[in-house]
Amino acid sequence: MTSLIDHNPHSNSIGFSFSQSTNAGTKEHSFYPYTDNGGSVLGITGKDFAVLAGDTRSTSGYNINSRYVPKVFKIGGDEDGEGAHILLSVVGFAADGLALKEKLDAVVKMYKYQHGKPMSVRACAQRLSTILYGKRFFPYYVQAILAGLDEEGKGALYGYDPVGSYEREQCRAAGAASSLIMPLLDNQVNLKNQYIPGSGEGHALEARKPEPMPRETVEQLVRDAFTSAVERHIEVGDGLQMLVITANGIEEIYHPLKKD
Amino acid sequence: MFRNNYDNDAVTFSPQGRIFQVEYAQEAVKQGSVVVGLVNKTHAVLVGLKRNAEELSSYQKKIIEVDSHMGIAIAGLASDARVLSNYMKQQCLGSRMTYGRAMPVDRIVTQIADRAQTNTQQYGKRPYGVGLLVAGVDEAGPHLFEFQPSGMTQEMVACAIGARSQMARTYLERNLDQLNDSSRDELITHGLRALKETLSQDKELTVDNTSVGVVGLKHETGKVESFKLYEGQQLLPLLEALERSDVGETKEGETMEVDS
Amino acid sequence: MNHFPGTWGRPRDDVYGPYDSSYLRSTGPKAHTQSPAVTGTSVIAVKFNGGVAIAADNLASYGSLARFTDVKRLRVFGDAAVVGFSGDVSDMQYIDRLLESMDIRENYSAHGNQLNAKNLHTYLSKVLYKRRSEFNPLWNHILVAGFDGEKKPFLSSADLLGTTFSAPHLATGFGAHLAIPILRRLFPEERPIEEITKEDAIKALKECLKVLWYRDARSLDKYSLAVITQEGIEVQEDQQIEAQSWAFAETIKGYGAQTV
Repeated sequence: MTSLIDHNPHSNSIGFSFSQSTNAGTKEHSFYPYTDNGGSVLGITGKDFAVLAGDTRSTSGYNINSRYVPKVFKIGGDEDGEGAHILLSVVGFAADGLALKEKLDAVVKMYKYQHGKPMSVRACAQRLSTILYGKRFFPYYVQAILAGLDEEGKGALYGYDPVGSYEREQCRAAGAASSLIMPLLDNQVNLKNQYIPGSGEGHALEARKPEPMPRETVEQLVRDAFTSAVERHIEVGDGLQMLVITANGIEEIYHPLKKD
Repeated sequence: MFRNNYDNDAVTFSPQGRIFQVEYAQEAVKQGSVVVGLVNKTHAVLVGLKRNAEELSSYQKKIIEVDSHMGIAIAGLASDARVLSNYMKQQCLGSRMTYGRAMPVDRIVTQIADRAQTNTQQYGKRPYGVGLLVAGVDEAGPHLFEFQPSGMTQEMVACAIGARSQMARTYLERNLDQLNDSSRDELITHGLRALKETLSQDKELTVDNTSVGVVGLKHETGKVESFKLYEGQQLLPLLEALERSDVGETKEGETMEVDS
Repeated sequence: MNHFPGTWGRPRDDVYGPYDSSYLRSTGPKAHTQSPAVTGTSVIAVKFNGGVAIAADNLASYGSLARFTDVKRLRVFGDAAVVGFSGDVSDMQYIDRLLESMDIRENYSAHGNQLNAKNLHTYLSKVLYKRRSEFNPLWNHILVAGFDGEKKPFLSSADLLGTTFSAPHLATGFGAHLAIPILRRLFPEERPIEEITKEDAIKALKECLKVLWYRDARSLDKYSLAVITQEGIEVQEDQQIEAQSWAFAETIKGYGAQTV
């Protein structure tokens, strides 16, 4: 993500009035409409729940804008999020993230008014992809994760790229520290590179089959993932906001993280 | 047969200073089945009598949620009401998006009134064939507005429009002093009793033909109690409360008879 | 003496190279603002018990030229909010006109539905985001101070990209580097804002303005300060930074008259 945004022409020159134009004739387009506000998000599903979590730091370069700017939102509820049944997290360019969230929220609300029933997570996931792709040539600079409960009541999680490519997954990390968190999830949730001891030698060695994890384990894993990410990534920290969706509704949990 | 020369369009006055097309539109409202609206200090209630065009058809929707703080009850052409309510929904979402604020009730009422008025002054247009009762809460508390195809709007404490609505209005006028200090549930019962007054001899209120919408401010917090539509089985407790209050009433009547 | 007025007030060609006058072209494709012209520097603000204090100096610079020394960069919106602008001054004046017309519009519809600072911030951030999405940005970073819908002190920021965030203390531009660390030390975020008095807040802002005057070359020692409480808004527009001491400058090599 960062590397994509780093082409900011402002990053290495300050616009003094006496700066000489390097390429007289063709004028450079010097307004760059994106920035990276850092932070990371993470989602994991279980048998009958889904967890979506994100740190609450907002950054601009080396500055900390604020220590509490939530990146995980409830979709389809009223002002206080009452009645929501879908979660969305957005990380990358915060202004685009907020615009995307509000657009999806409006779509889900209109769906309920027009069809008299809440939008399913599957339908919402497809719609989000369409919204993102609709700005294919001036993208929302965000990585989004959508979570909820599917038609069978199982935890559902969808991961997106900025232009709308998506898939349903068991778990997904996105944002600044995704490269730190995702490998941990691969190993701990999808049990990659984990084998049943003594099941055989070489190719006969049997891989452990991933199974849905209980809620307590998932919450602890999320906390561990973030405390580790905070240790190594400067754009992650301050607080951990965790939203858990079950058949009983959405629960919000906040944990302080290191503020350094 | 007598032919009226001044009703070919909605923009021509008759020599008596009337616009017949607008009056015809108001007739359409009187043909619609009755809806009742009333407010007290904390809540606004809409009550409607649903009709089915024939035995085999479903009942026509009478109460529509516009936003979490607002709903409308309709009498007249349901399709015109749908178009109007879609416009209102869009405007309410727009207000939440651009200002982060719920649309003030008087403002949206003025907006639809302006649209309705335009239809009475531009050639080739047709007035809306529907009357509305708009119930909602905003920072100034609960409100009830009446809207007519002419573009006329009025804020009301209690109101009824549609077929045989005079009976309901008479009931509301008689019980006006009780409305303001009533509780949320008492207000609903008053609404249902006003509605019951309009019924012809062989009819009664059932879970199929009744619709109730409530919006208000929560007693404890003063926050918005989201618009709630009661239909079908959800109506049972409300109809039971109505029955109980009726029994109380007739008992009083009986004792009076005995006394005399 | 150079006799070409076009070169007056501009860096000397023999020192800084030829002046880039490409922006004066009137032919070619339509160009939007690619860089600001006349600019204001930092705005700083702090929340305290029962309100918000906000300050900015009175300078508008043209590049490195201190062009206008009596520019009010704090604008009062009705009796609800104060908006502090840094960045392009002409864009500030445009936004101010927007706010003025909105204030008039709002005051036409009476009873209690007044826009608060939070509504205003949402609106301004949407304006800024819309303009950045059209590649025609309003080159400002603004702070909005006032109260939210629940009558709690409100302070939030929005920049030319539409990025928004809020915190107990905020600063734009150079202030983000120089003032924020001072404010974070004086008022740690763990410390409840109930403990911060209005006098504490004002004193802190004055201290920060002084540091900015010492170290920000595009700043001025004349400033405006506004305090928003439930009682109303107090604005003082012609303030002077007091108790200046430039003694520290003596110790800095290359700053004053030292030759070694």
